[in-house]
Amino acid sequence: MRPVHLFALILQNRGMAIRPFLCLACLALLGYFAWNDAVLAQDKNPYEGNPEVAKLGEYQFRLNCAFCHGLGARGGGRGPDLTRAQKRHGNSDAEMFHNIHDGIPGTAMPAATNGGIGVGMSDEEIWQVISYLRRIQVKAPAQPGGNPEHGKQLFIGASGCSTCHMIQGKGGRLGPDLTTVGASRSVEYLVESVRNPSRRLAQGILEAMKEFPEEYESVSVVTADGTKLSGVLLNQDQFTLQMLDTREQLRLFEKAELRSFETRRESAMPVYDQKALSDKDLQDLIAYLQSAGVQ
Amino acid sequence: MRCERTGPEPKSRFFAAFGMTSLGRAVSVLLAGVVSSGLAPIAPAQVTAERLRESAKEPQNWLMYSGDYAGRRYSTLDQIDTKNAVSLAPKWAYQTMAGGKFETTPLVVDGVLYATGADDRAFALDARSGRPIWQYQRALPPDVRPCCGRVNRGFAILGDKVFLGTLDAHVVALDTKTGNVVWDVGTSDYNKGYSITLAPLVIRNLVLIGVSGGEYGIRGFIDAYDAATGARKWRFYTVPGPGEPGHETWEDDSWKIGGAPAWITGTYDPLTNTTFWTTGNPSPSNRGEGRAGDNLYSNSLLALDPDAGKLKWYFQFTKHDEHDYDATQVPVLVDDGERHLIMQANRNGFFYVIDRSNGKLLSATPYGKVTWSNTKDASGVPIERKEASPTLTGVPVCPGAIGATNWMSPTYDPKTKLFYVTAREQCDIFSTAPQPYDPGHAFYGSAYFPNDDAEPFWGALRAIDPATSQIKWELKHLSPSWSGVLSTAGGLVFTGDAEGNFMALDAASGKIVWHFQCGASVYSSPMTYAIDGKQYVAIAAGTTLFAFGLP
Repeated sequence: MRPVHLFALILQNRGMAIRPFLCLACLALLGYFAWNDAVLAQDKNPYEGNPEVAKLGEYQFRLNCAFCHGLGARGGGRGPDLTRAQKRHGNSDAEMFHNIHDGIPGTAMPAATNGGIGVGMSDEEIWQVISYLRRIQVKAPAQPGGNPEHGKQLFIGASGCSTCHMIQGKGGRLGPDLTTVGASRSVEYLVESVRNPSRRLAQGILEAMKEFPEEYESVSVVTADGTKLSGVLLNQDQFTLQMLDTREQLRLFEKAELRSFETRRESAMPVYDQKALSDKDLQDLIAYLQSAGVQ
Repeated sequence: MRCERTGPEPKSRFFAAFGMTSLGRAVSVLLAGVVSSGLAPIAPAQVTAERLRESAKEPQNWLMYSGDYAGRRYSTLDQIDTKNAVSLAPKWAYQTMAGGKFETTPLVVDGVLYATGADDRAFALDARSGRPIWQYQRALPPDVRPCCGRVNRGFAILGDKVFLGTLDAHVVALDTKTGNVVWDVGTSDYNKGYSITLAPLVIRNLVLIGVSGGEYGIRGFIDAYDAATGARKWRFYTVPGPGEPGHETWEDDSWKIGGAPAWITGTYDPLTNTTFWTTGNPSPSNRGEGRAGDNLYSNSLLALDPDAGKLKWYFQFTKHDEHDYDATQVPVLVDDGERHLIMQANRNGFFYVIDRSNGKLLSATPYGKVTWSNTKDASGVPIERKEASPTLTGVPVCPGAIGATNWMSPTYDPKTKLFYVTAREQCDIFSTAPQPYDPGHAFYGSAYFPNDDAEPFWGALRAIDPATSQIKWELKHLSPSWSGVLSTAGGLVFTGDAEGNFMALDAASGKIVWHFQCGASVYSSPMTYAIDGKQYVAIAAGTTLFAFGLP
């Protein structure tokens, strides 16, 4: 809702003949302030602490949000963990309302309109969902208790993460940018991604009308002249293929012109087992990821 | 308190300002006469009920949603064929500038194309150039919340009117030459979750529609309106009321919010004067508790007398559904010698062949992965496996909630004798919860979500041989497609994919012979028409309607 726009509209519509409508404009102005108060009041959850509303919110959550965020809001393959008190895109009632109502630009989070989130949500239903999320919010976020400084050294050094991943503009391009991953994903998700990177591939490009985003699959091709290339699949359709090879070169192909190609639902990332990365080091690494996204 | 809008809405001043004087009209008629006698052999005439019935005689026109009353989405136009399709090229593109899914199938009558778009906009174009003749935009109430996008699938036509169902559950007749509203009637209360997204079906002087809203605990119905006046002639409730046969298949008062919407256009057999409509899920879709019984006529095929709206017979595909397996796929009428059949590739994963005269099941065969059913009853109807019933924490079931197919149109090609359908391979975890009913609020009874351990989702265009119910060939889609399928006497089938390609395939082999990148996923079903002896193929994708033809 944009009260300022409404007010501008009132003035604009009065246009040149503003004097005869002065009283009307005054009335409108008064009304505007009264209304604006009501809107401001909406920045606060009107149902705060109401367990019945939180229950309705759970149903709304199941209908509209669980597909990406999981049944218990612990995060799924697509959406982040929402039980964390600290949310990457804001924790206040107003911010959460805004994020659900309008979506989050640059992410897969759609607006709560028809054809956006699930079946679409009314303002009332959004507040129900927020009530539910408040109820299941984990009071003290799971602290790995690791050493972020050591984690950073591992990331850019011994563990070689930065060969393929960027944090704040520094690092490689073959894997997803990890600047914000620690701020939005659960510890379990991060652990799984390191220990078993192929179980859930990270999301790649999201096309506006397509249901599912492209994922970080591995690809190898043999070109018409016999050159062999492998790397990460950026996108493909029935006829074309776009990839980043292991030397970080963009390669764009017509499939029909390739001698062969193969995509694999396997992450190009090596498995970091206990030998490659001890539990202690993993804790430090996660502590670093969690601190990295916090500006 | 909210009030429902009735009454016709005013057209914008822009269009009113360009209203023609009678002199202007006379001149333009004169000019049209000169031009058409010299250049174009187009002879605009009223679309009569007779023309609709005999649509096969004018393949240059596309007179109804599925192309013909049989619902085959097949055209005898053969100028574009397997040999020359490789040189197909865009002839024009029309931008609606509307976001969201663009699901329309245009109609083309004597050189004029009529189509609808997102948010209940509509337009008429010069089908040769794509240039608009008129545009219409319904002033929708701000609080309409149709479940699955602000979509519309198209018009029906009769006489000098085109008919549109709207998201606020009205039926509107527009003048074919101006787009002016001729009549506008409310069918039901959008505040309770009723809406209309389908293209109506005209039979004689009646406009038939069905409602959407299976996500909101509505009570579904099919209506018929007088094409001339908009007066309602009959209503058939798809959930029977007290005293009606089938009412006993609902527990207590569950019938009042029983769902069973009819949200895809029906078909019609003029020989027996029977219209065939299909229905969607019982509400709430993911919870059977509280609505014990078969829940008639949800997920059913209904054979109705179009004059009185009386039920002749029914066949229920999924009894007491708990997986959102709407049967809202076009029921295709196929004559095989003396056998008069109905074929449907159902959302529940089975391909059904049914005797059109009495609704008897002849066969039900899976055409994709099915785990919700592992038994059939004495008459061969697949029955739900107990373990597939949703639980609080969820159980994996195939097909998933979107189904093995959905509303996208299949096609039947009488030359190859194959049935082509867009299939989806996706399993989901179905959960249930005791969600209370609240009018106008989403009422699923819980949710579905992806099964992390399942294979990634994919799709395919499948050619089913109805004689054996076996799959003759398939074209694998990288991700599931929402495009319908068109077949033509040129030996081609046309379809689109989620990656934005529109393609022509050899109908016999499934080999791709041509493709074009539309720039957005296809959420519509293709159609074809001809003007001046030149064949066009049209498809909606993204915000754009494309027409393709030979150079």
